[in-house]
Amino acid sequence: MLRRWGAGALNRTAPLPLFRPKNVLRLPRALAVRNASTASSSNAFESFLNSRVTLVSVSLFTAGSVAWYTHLYGSLPFLPQVHASLDSDEGLHPPAYPWSHMGLFDTFDHASIRRGYQVYREVCAACHSLDRIAWRNLVGVSHNVDEVKAMAEEVEYQDGPNDEGEMFTRTGKLADYMPPPYANEEAARAGNAGALPPDLSLIVKARHGGADYVFSLLTGYVDPPAGVEVREGMNYNPFFPGGAIGMARVLFDGLVEFEDGTPATTSQMAKDVVTFLHWAAEPEHDERKKNGIKAVILFSVLTLASLYVKRFKWTPIKNRKIFYDPPADKTH
Amino acid sequence: MSISTTLYNTVFRRNSVFVTTVFAGAFAFGIGFDTAVTTFYDRWNRGKQWKDIRHKYAESEE
Repeated sequence: MLRRWGAGALNRTAPLPLFRPKNVLRLPRALAVRNASTASSSNAFESFLNSRVTLVSVSLFTAGSVAWYTHLYGSLPFLPQVHASLDSDEGLHPPAYPWSHMGLFDTFDHASIRRGYQVYREVCAACHSLDRIAWRNLVGVSHNVDEVKAMAEEVEYQDGPNDEGEMFTRTGKLADYMPPPYANEEAARAGNAGALPPDLSLIVKARHGGADYVFSLLTGYVDPPAGVEVREGMNYNPFFPGGAIGMARVLFDGLVEFEDGTPATTSQMAKDVVTFLHWAAEPEHDERKKNGIKAVILFSVLTLASLYVKRFKWTPIKNRKIFYDPPADKTH
Repeated sequence: MSISTTLYNTVFRRNSVFVTTVFAGAFAFGIGFDTAVTTFYDRWNRGKQWKDIRHKYAESEE
């Protein structure tokens, strides 16, 4: 479109007088031309094409479109590009799974959280810490207080100093945080061929794709496709950016035995442990959604009420009529 | 006697009664609204929350 009448517009704008006498009122040319040629519609169209405002606005529109496209897609339009990286280097995008807590009103499935904690404890906790979850956080969520106390007492914690100034070990209590599998990051790396197992407390929030990504990663281990070399000690997972991940597939059918009799398939365990990790990342989730319902209801009512009050108060102002009653001329 | 007159005589006439009504109404609305939302929420999520499944584990220890 621009190319079609761009040339004509440029040609016609060329003979414009660039310098005008100073005593002439400086009107924009578009305005002057339009005023002179309103008699005929074709002349109006001509003047529209000739006008400088049209040229400037079309140029601005074009530049704005290109800038917007470049900002949105990161490259100039209509220019072919060559990438040195493969799309697989970004990792596959995980599909969207129908989580039981996905809806606006849906809470977590707490039986699933309980099973997921079991999977974490028996499988993931061998390498991954859960620093930000304390034993007490499980109470009233997935376990009752006696169960959690018993679980905490199985772990020894270092505490102190005592009256002699020495550190001592004691059994765990509700206020203690989940014990880490390694003493520090260096020990974790040394135990895993240099790869650091990330802390899982906020992992669902910390990864693009969230719960879908973690589930896809846990269940997505496949043999590398032809031509893809995976180094010794690494494993191929298409959902992991780069494809090669230090963690091997850990979930296999029947790995754990759920106390509620749920068949421990790979996908069941992955779904449960991801639900557990989602709870660990968002422990306020259930309460937040309930408060959200209340807030939406209350603020909707308040908005409608304020709109009504505004209309009510403005009605006389909007509907009044102002009459001009000229004073009678009494001079003659 | 119309409703508005009754309302005026019982609630709005004395400021002390009016303020008391406002406070009592806010209190009652708070409880009622909370109860209503919670009832809906628990019905929507029946069987998923901890209070729905805790009876399975309540006697498991001690």
